Amino acid sequence: MVNVTASGGDGRLRLSLSGELDHHSARDGMTRIGRALDDYMPRECVIDMSGLSFMDSSGIALILRVYRRMRECGGRLLIEAPQNQPRRVLDASGIDRVVKIQDTVKGADK
Amino acid sequence: MKKENYIRLEFPSKSVNEAFARAAVACFAAQTDPTLEELSDIKTAVSEAVTNCIVHAYPQSIGKICLRAAILEDNSVEIVVKDWGRGIDDIEKAREPMFTTGGDERSGMGFTIMESFMDELRVRSAPGRGTTVTMRRKISLRGKRAG
Repeated sequence: MVNVTASGGDGRLRLSLSGELDHHSARDGMTRIGRALDDYMPRECVIDMSGLSFMDSSGIALILRVYRRMRECGGRLLIEAPQNQPRRVLDASGIDRVVKIQDTVKGADK
Repeated sequence: MKKENYIRLEFPSKSVNEAFARAAVACFAAQTDPTLEELSDIKTAVSEAVTNCIVHAYPQSIGKICLRAAILEDNSVEIVVKDWGRGIDDIEKAREPMFTTGGDERSGMGFTIMESFMDELRVRSAPGRGTTVTMRRKISLRGKRAG
């Protein structure tokens, strides 16, 4: 099961994911994310993966869908703080060629 | 190669079983004293293989999935995921990165991730008769076992 918490405003949206993201949980996760994108209409969307303990290639598909939605409206997508296992999946997929990945949560080192 | 231990699981192709399958194999593979990274790589590969069965082998129905895992005498873990579903028309094409017939809910990276995270990957398939994926990962010997 994956939990999605949306926060932000003023053109920004932070999607904090926690739990496990696989094919079973991805559809529900994408529905919630789609709703958040509709509500916030952000110019910048950050997917905070610090609480996500597992992800397979279903997560790559989900990120690509968010990336396409952001690109359609001229916005940008950023991935933050993936744990080791999701990071290895991100690296194997080569998704960092289109989406920037930041290893720490913005502001966490201050 | 001689099997030191093995398990055999059979379950229907319901997506809720993806988490069960990877957790069950991880519990079994823990006997080899893997690192966290080795164990999570195995979990990821199992998740991909089982998801392929659910999405591609049985797209419109619920079918049977058989998962076997074995610990071999060289401390490697062998995993076999078998279905009796639709089969793959072109295995070479299916193994290409980003190739998918699953629409935008799939990334087409399943086989790429299995290949990246395991030492060996073999795919046998016959259209209309099903697919068998065999994967192997050598677990490094650590601590007392290495000495």
